[in-house]
Amino acid sequence: MSSITQPIGGHEHAHDDHAHHPTGIMRWVTTTNHKDIGTLYLWFSFTMFIVGGCMAFVIRAELFEPGLQIVTPEFFNEMTTLHGLIMIFGALMPGAVGFANWMIPMQIGAPDMAFARMNNWSFWLLPPAALMLLISLFVPGGAAGGGWTLYPPLTIEQGMGMDLTIFAIHIMGASSIMGSINIITTILNLRAPGMTLMKMPLFCWTWLITAYLLIAVMPVLAGAVTMLLTDRHFGTSFFNAAGGGDPILFQHVFWFFGHPEVYIIILPAFGIISEIIPTFSRKPLFGYASMVYAVAAIAILSFMVWAHHMFTTGLPTAGILFYMYATMLIAVPTGVKVFNWLATMWKGSISLEAPMMFALGFLFLFVIGGFTGLVLGIVPLDVALHDTYYVVAHFHYVMVAGTLFAFFGGVYYWLPKWTGHMYDESLAKWHFWLSFILFNVTFFPMHFLGLAGMPRRVPDYPQQFADWNMVSSIGAFGFGLSQLVFLYAVIKCIRGGKPAPAKPWDGATSLEWTLPSPAPYHSFETPPVVR
Amino acid sequence: MSAVSPGAKPYYFLPQPSHWPITGSLALLLMGTGAAFWFNRYAAGPWIVLAGFCFLLVMLFGWFGTVIGESEGRLYNKKVDLSFRWGMSWFIFSEVMFFAAFFGALFYVRNISTPDLGSALTGRELWPNYAAQWPTVGPYIKQQFSPMNAIGIPLLNTIILVSSGGTLTLAHHALKAGHRGALKFWLFVTIALGFTFLGLQAFEYHHAYTELNLKLSTGVYGSTFFMLTGFHGAHVTIGAIMLTVMLVRAFRGHFDAEHHFGFEAAAWYWHFVDVVWLLLFVLVYWL
Repeated sequence: MSSITQPIGGHEHAHDDHAHHPTGIMRWVTTTNHKDIGTLYLWFSFTMFIVGGCMAFVIRAELFEPGLQIVTPEFFNEMTTLHGLIMIFGALMPGAVGFANWMIPMQIGAPDMAFARMNNWSFWLLPPAALMLLISLFVPGGAAGGGWTLYPPLTIEQGMGMDLTIFAIHIMGASSIMGSINIITTILNLRAPGMTLMKMPLFCWTWLITAYLLIAVMPVLAGAVTMLLTDRHFGTSFFNAAGGGDPILFQHVFWFFGHPEVYIIILPAFGIISEIIPTFSRKPLFGYASMVYAVAAIAILSFMVWAHHMFTTGLPTAGILFYMYATMLIAVPTGVKVFNWLATMWKGSISLEAPMMFALGFLFLFVIGGFTGLVLGIVPLDVALHDTYYVVAHFHYVMVAGTLFAFFGGVYYWLPKWTGHMYDESLAKWHFWLSFILFNVTFFPMHFLGLAGMPRRVPDYPQQFADWNMVSSIGAFGFGLSQLVFLYAVIKCIRGGKPAPAKPWDGATSLEWTLPSPAPYHSFETPPVVR
Repeated sequence: MSAVSPGAKPYYFLPQPSHWPITGSLALLLMGTGAAFWFNRYAAGPWIVLAGFCFLLVMLFGWFGTVIGESEGRLYNKKVDLSFRWGMSWFIFSEVMFFAAFFGALFYVRNISTPDLGSALTGRELWPNYAAQWPTVGPYIKQQFSPMNAIGIPLLNTIILVSSGGTLTLAHHALKAGHRGALKFWLFVTIALGFTFLGLQAFEYHHAYTELNLKLSTGVYGSTFFMLTGFHGAHVTIGAIMLTVMLVRAFRGHFDAEHHFGFEAAAWYWHFVDVVWLLLFVLVYWL
């Protein structure tokens, strides 16, 4: 990683740029500034997190006790579907792009993203797509209810809510592809002199590889939902056995996108964790090169494991074995990363500020989620656990305790740089402990429910599952409400607080900490020289 | 990368705030929502799509116009040029993956689902008379049709499209050598070949629908045939429009021997649709 930096010139021109910029709402609508756009992405992500969270509240309220109390089964299905789509495409992916927008130009010593206007479009495609998903709730037939995986034949038969979902996915895909092209080009072409690829902060590396994954798989998802659309309306037979097609074909195409998507969501989180742990251990990241190679290996392997989502569809045994072993193989580079994080902390001068707390929480809980993933990757176990709450527990450990905790850590880590103020450490600690405990109250019992055989995506269940469902629902409401602490901590930090120095964390080394806090409007007007 | 001395030409290009992106977002919102209404037989649907398409045209003219103005105003240095090259390369890669989804579907239905539907294990019980031979309309749809023959229009179209790749390269060489007349001539020939291809493709579709009884709804053969060739045709249309814009720009005196990435990007795109066609010709028409 880069350590010695020397900006050439200065930031004396920064104030000029404010002169002819629109103000008020038009500033945000027309902005071409990576920080403004990063802020938009992060607030959009949080808003969608709240919207998707409210849908989770509906799900957990209905599952609080056996029987049908609050919503119809159809509406319950719409909630599980939209909760998944909104959390993945609305909260987690835009959140990661928000971090990329804010941090990548600052970490590589650039003034902005390579395509600043297209950057604006990448963001402003998301609100229309989210709007389409939400209005689909109010059209005849309701929203898509076939689960976020959109499997035919169920999704062939649904009403126009499904069409709105298909077009929303097209638009979000276009947004992701443009965002990724921008990030790749920025990293490959706008690095400051001396910032070689192997000197880049690991966050930039993880995003470079994530962006490559996105460009490779989002068009495949677009193809999959386009085939759904033509099967629905134009008489094609891709997923219809009567015409020679096969519903399983959709699962292949979908999971060719869907499995790399899992790594698209987790790799930027790995990057954030790889920034936080060295800083608060006051040691350089252990095994930097092996971390880069591990991310690349995970990305390559992610294209060869998609059918482990389909072990119960009747694939040939040889195929099942291949996908099982390939899935096990991913544990190797992931293990490299986990052990490198542990080795970074080994004998370090560790301090436990909120970002480090979230990084440690991430480490504990993500490893649990990783291991349950290995359990599900083993064919005989998967046949028993497929589509049970065990799967739900597994991917929430990876996506909430993994990605979301890394995002929380990243927000506290970089808030001083973004706002120029220190955040309230005790509020942040409260946020961490409430989130950590209530997350486990919510999702750990789901392992038991799944092992006992409770299927996912059902609004009602037998008496035997009642106790743990009630515990899980109580935890879910607590977890959701404790995010208000996060919102309050962030707003409080934006509005004021102890002024932050340029480098509030004494162990931090990357380029963004050479800029003043808050960072100037254009990060580096002239490139710094990295030795 | 070289170091930059203070007072030198701006090292980076930073565009001003722009309202083109939000125009495009509005366009796609209207087109997506309108299409959903249209496909579910609401009368307003096509009009909403049309309104969205108008916004899209305004955005495309405005945004590309702005970029062309900045380019001709020499606001882009070598670094910006390289950014455009990376951007276009990755965009074409994303297009490759879009076609890969449909080629993957073709591979799957030919080699996995069709044999499966006629196999002793799954299909024979249900459809004892189904031959499970490609090309197929499926075991349950009752429709006679003839598959598209590779020799004839498809072969002619292959020759036309490959030749257009050659004429486009001649145009590029002429541009680099400063021969403006040859540039315009070969670019015009390329565009003419492109539109000839599209005309023959339209004729072939007409032939399929009226004489071969081959339709989009003709089982999985019709689905894969029309979706693959249809998306390819759409991309040829886009590429031909891009080249037409480049021809107009050439007539207006844009581009010089060093500075013509707009032309090159369109050429890359044209070669990409060319390669996709070769795959289509082999995998869809021939084999």
